[in-house]
Amino acid sequence: MAEKTVQKQENKGMLKELTKGIIKENPTLVTLLGMCPTLAVTVMASNGIGMGLATTFVLICSNLVISLLKNVIPKAVRLPCFIVIIASFVTLIEFLMKGYLPELYDSLGLYLSLITVNCIILGRAEAFASKNSVLASVLDAVGMGIGFTLALFAMGSIREIIGTGKWFGIDLHLPVTMTLFIMSAGGFFTLGVIIALVNKIAGKSAPAEVGCAACPHAENCPSYNKTEDKKEAAAE
Amino acid sequence: MTLIVILLNAILVDNFVLSKFMGICPFLGVSKKLDSAAGMGAAVTFVMVCATLCTYPIYTFILVPMGLEYLKTIAFILIIALFVQLVEMVLKKKVQSLYNALGVYLPLITTNCAVLGVTILNVDKEFGFAESLVNSLGGGLGFTLALLIFSGVRSRVSNADVPEMFKGVPATLIAASIVSVSFMGFSGLFG
Repeated sequence: MAEKTVQKQENKGMLKELTKGIIKENPTLVTLLGMCPTLAVTVMASNGIGMGLATTFVLICSNLVISLLKNVIPKAVRLPCFIVIIASFVTLIEFLMKGYLPELYDSLGLYLSLITVNCIILGRAEAFASKNSVLASVLDAVGMGIGFTLALFAMGSIREIIGTGKWFGIDLHLPVTMTLFIMSAGGFFTLGVIIALVNKIAGKSAPAEVGCAACPHAENCPSYNKTEDKKEAAAE
Repeated sequence: MTLIVILLNAILVDNFVLSKFMGICPFLGVSKKLDSAAGMGAAVTFVMVCATLCTYPIYTFILVPMGLEYLKTIAFILIIALFVQLVEMVLKKKVQSLYNALGVYLPLITTNCAVLGVTILNVDKEFGFAESLVNSLGGGLGFTLALLIFSGVRSRVSNADVPEMFKGVPATLIAASIVSVSFMGFSGLFG
């Protein structure tokens, strides 16, 4: 009986690893990581999903491998090791996409290679996979990946519908379209409005800082340290 | 002549931050004050040019002859990580004043997508050595320009009375979108 309760609690814990990335710690909308692909590729809903799934694949594989190797990798050189593991999987997904989805490959272009330096992946490797069990790391990656994909899909849908009057290429016959939304200015604007709405719905005031806490370089970052100093000063 | 066009194109038309969305994290994170924006911009420009200096010969003389072009992402990110580490060590030992000015920004640059982006872009566009260097310099200067302009805009936004739900990051992003609109004026400048 007692065993069963423990098992149940463990399951609940694992489920939390999975769901936290989707809503509570959504990488794009709450912790504000991986902004570059969020803004750059979301001119179409299908691009957003493609980018989201590619990133999810790399995230799951790299979290899996890093949590398997966490006791082998020396602490001093962990970041270069993580980067090589991540870059290998990015190369893999580049090949797969070039072979099977050449159209998507062309429209994502350079940003596919830039998954390597997506802060979400290195951030999860550093903050989670290098400290937790394999199963928890994979669940964490799946959750974060789904959260990222959903955010990109929402961004892409809004920008495609308002900007071109289409959704997944299907004409919606809208009376007015604003081309500005598929341009770079529209990207910043849409993301700003979505984050504001998420803040409103979540019922908390907006995060004052860009989400640097999960960044592997946070300890060296001037803007992050400043807020930490402030917090410490306030605590004193 | 073409070199000047590439330079101005990289600074104004294809601005890395405002039209290519690369290096958004430092753009939003380090643009609060003018001096830190200038420091970050200088560090990024420096690393971009030097990274191109290293990656171009390695790509042309090692990866291409051996048919290993597909390894460019792995090779470039390793070169950049190595180079950033090296620069940090050298500056710390030899050029103390420059280290004090740029040192804190250097580790952040390894994972800055603008640096990896510019090296891959140079290869994708099949630029020669001089063109690659000029493109990287332009990219870095464009990044610095965007950061400097935005740090000014941001100091005004932080004093403005915005609705509660837009306070902080959303207001910053919307300000960025307006700055981005102003840079759209340059599009088509060089055909």
